[in-house]
Amino acid sequence: MSERVLNILITSFPRILGQGLLVTIPLTVISFALALIIAVICAMVQIADVKGLKQIVRFYIWIIRGTPLLVQLYLVYFGLPDLGVALPAFPCAVAVFALNEGAYCAETVRAAIEAVPRGQMEAGYCVGMSYIQIMRRIVLPQAFRTAFPPLSNSLISMVKDTSLAANITVTEMFMTTQRVAGRTYEHLALYAEVALIYLIFCTVITWLQRLGEKKLNAMNGGNVIRA
Amino acid sequence: MLEVKGLRKSFGGSEILKGVDLSIGKGDVLAVLGPSGGGKTTLLRCLNFLERADAGTMTFLDRTMDMPGSGKKDIAAYRRHTAFVFQSFNLFANKTALQNVTEGLIVARKMARAEAEARAMAALERVGLADKRDAYPSQLSGGQQQRVAIARAVAGEPDIIFFDEPTSALDPELIGGVLDVIRALAEDGMTMIVVTHEVNFARNVSTRVLFMDGGKALAEEPTAAFFQEQKLERIQSFLRSLDRKEGEL
Repeated sequence: MSERVLNILITSFPRILGQGLLVTIPLTVISFALALIIAVICAMVQIADVKGLKQIVRFYIWIIRGTPLLVQLYLVYFGLPDLGVALPAFPCAVAVFALNEGAYCAETVRAAIEAVPRGQMEAGYCVGMSYIQIMRRIVLPQAFRTAFPPLSNSLISMVKDTSLAANITVTEMFMTTQRVAGRTYEHLALYAEVALIYLIFCTVITWLQRLGEKKLNAMNGGNVIRA
Repeated sequence: MLEVKGLRKSFGGSEILKGVDLSIGKGDVLAVLGPSGGGKTTLLRCLNFLERADAGTMTFLDRTMDMPGSGKKDIAAYRRHTAFVFQSFNLFANKTALQNVTEGLIVARKMARAEAEARAMAALERVGLADKRDAYPSQLSGGQQQRVAIARAVAGEPDIIFFDEPTSALDPELIGGVLDVIRALAEDGMTMIVVTHEVNFARNVSTRVLFMDGGKALAEEPTAAFFQEQKLERIQSFLRSLDRKEGEL
């Protein structure tokens, strides 16, 4: 590797990583937190079978899962201004990522809640607990353990998907890299560098996932066996 | 103590309970026998409102309720006096044995933790599992899980306990331990309705027998009369078929 390339890599590294910490990570964390809220609400609406609302939720999930994320970003950022709704790039990206991931996670959360044996709900009623008490203390903690690995999957996907936000002018890690590459023409080295940074981010999440699972297992009494 | 009249229940057009009457006095142990599909479990589930009856009235501790029409509050008040033990135990998988017993006391009955734990320990003691207080359901055998479930039922100090085939999901060598616990409860004067396939248990422990077949109560009589002076051919042939099964083993 020539000294020039090495120099470019060394000077660009803090810059790219900095955008990662300042933009990619906040974009991911905020969007994912909102996605989880959307997911739990959508799952509960479907399970409690709320008439009308349930149809709206199914429709939302259908639309989101049936169209590409990149198209959704373009629709909201470039399309909605035609209707007078013009959002700045970052909030726009947050909204699209949250709505997109929320639809996928809603199915994960719904499946996890449904995987908790119905008998525990009945046992809860028989000892006098209310629906809300049973959900909060018995069903959701177990469902969260079940949903945790697939939700971690979604989070890891989202870290990488945020690179799509470059298309709607959010200067996150990938766009920063593109700019340096455009100026220096060192495509191979720079894109390998940003790939490595994504890999580091995802490795940290994987590691956090393992820690989280250990903790959740302890809280659920070893591996939860579905009786 | 508990009297039910004209209990009816259908699922999707097929009538499972076709007008069942029953009555049970304080300290009675009513064994519910009969072939599978006869409506035994549905009857029991209706009695604790896990299924909503289509028709029927219930008189419990001198209060009469219309079973299809009773509201959430009435049902909650009623369940304060009853307990239910399931075929598949249904312990809370994320709670220890002790927490399974205290959960209802603390959360639903707002009992202080110390008091609830003392009561729960006494209940676990009663089923012989005080040493398993910190074990999770996944760490217990089926028989132990069912005994914890019985402790959970007893801890609420119910006036009546419903058992839905409490030993049907157990390995044969674990059945005895659970039946012993139920027998001990009977000896202490606990009022119980037990849906079971264990005819010997019914013969030795119950005070009355209800025989269900085709959604109807074909007989409801004292245990001795049921087994010794059985006049109905349908019941005789059911009992004979069980004898034959046991003979084969």
